[in-house]
Amino acid sequence: MLMTALILLIVLMILGAIVALESKDLLSGIISLGIVGFALTIIFLILQAPDLAIVQIIIETLTLIILIAAILKTTRTDTEEEFGTKKVFIWLCGFAFIVIFFLAAMKAFQHMPEFGSKTLRMARTYIDSGLSRTGAANLVAAVILDFRGYDTLGEATVLFTSVAGVVAVLRKVGRKRK
Amino acid sequence: MKGMTLIVKRITQLMAPSIFLLGIYVVFHGHLTPGGGFAGGVLIAGSFTLLVLAYGSDEMRSEVRKWRATFFESFGIFIFWFIALLGLIQGSYLFLNIIQKGRPFHLFSAGIIPLCNIAIGIEVAAALFAIFITLAVLRIGEKL
Repeated sequence: MLMTALILLIVLMILGAIVALESKDLLSGIISLGIVGFALTIIFLILQAPDLAIVQIIIETLTLIILIAAILKTTRTDTEEEFGTKKVFIWLCGFAFIVIFFLAAMKAFQHMPEFGSKTLRMARTYIDSGLSRTGAANLVAAVILDFRGYDTLGEATVLFTSVAGVVAVLRKVGRKRK
Repeated sequence: MKGMTLIVKRITQLMAPSIFLLGIYVVFHGHLTPGGGFAGGVLIAGSFTLLVLAYGSDEMRSEVRKWRATFFESFGIFIFWFIALLGLIQGSYLFLNIIQKGRPFHLFSAGIIPLCNIAIGIEVAAALFAIFITLAVLRIGEKL
């Protein structure tokens, strides 16, 4: 039952991504790109990861709003594809990449543990002693802010640096008005 | 960017404070319920983004400058690093939980984890909102 729902959702995501690539209208492309994000939210909920689901649904909504605002201000039609030898080359590169990816994935999936089984021995430690050692009822918060605090510190610093870069770059050039 | 119709503005007036409060709730209860600093921060940024989108950037330009997005972003990351360094100042390792852990399942528990959540919440909210207003509101050469 769980696997069927997951496979259905993943097929839906792939279809949404293909529609987003192929549609000539950029607005409908972006909306079908939203299918990918919202289906991913449902997958997180099914797999009992509400923390991730909350972040995913909010980020998806925000990025959709920003992308739609950008589309409404610029252009709605897709640019024409290029023809000739360049297109043949692009198709060949894509095909070669898919073949290599499938061969590597076949090798890799043989050694993957079964779906849903625990891969890390550390996970058991976190679940058993998380509450007593950190006092946080939400084990995700215990892991990201106590056991793995360095990661969160680095992540927050990366966000700060990137936003500082964005503000510094865009303030000079800015958007052209009138 | 022009503002939207009166209906959208009125509904935004009702919705934006509720979304803001929900974000603060998610940040403060990050160590008890799903969510945390990142999710709550994005919710807070979303409420401000909703206001700017509904009222239009022309009307909100002077208001947006008063909210000091870049200041709060730097403030949040500073607080987070400060909390992390408190352990070193005490003579032990980084991210040492120096505050009493308290009773589990209560709001004031888990030592420094709620404080870290609040710092991350401030930083993420200000950072995402700064990106949004830099892209959508500000003109050439304008300071944030």
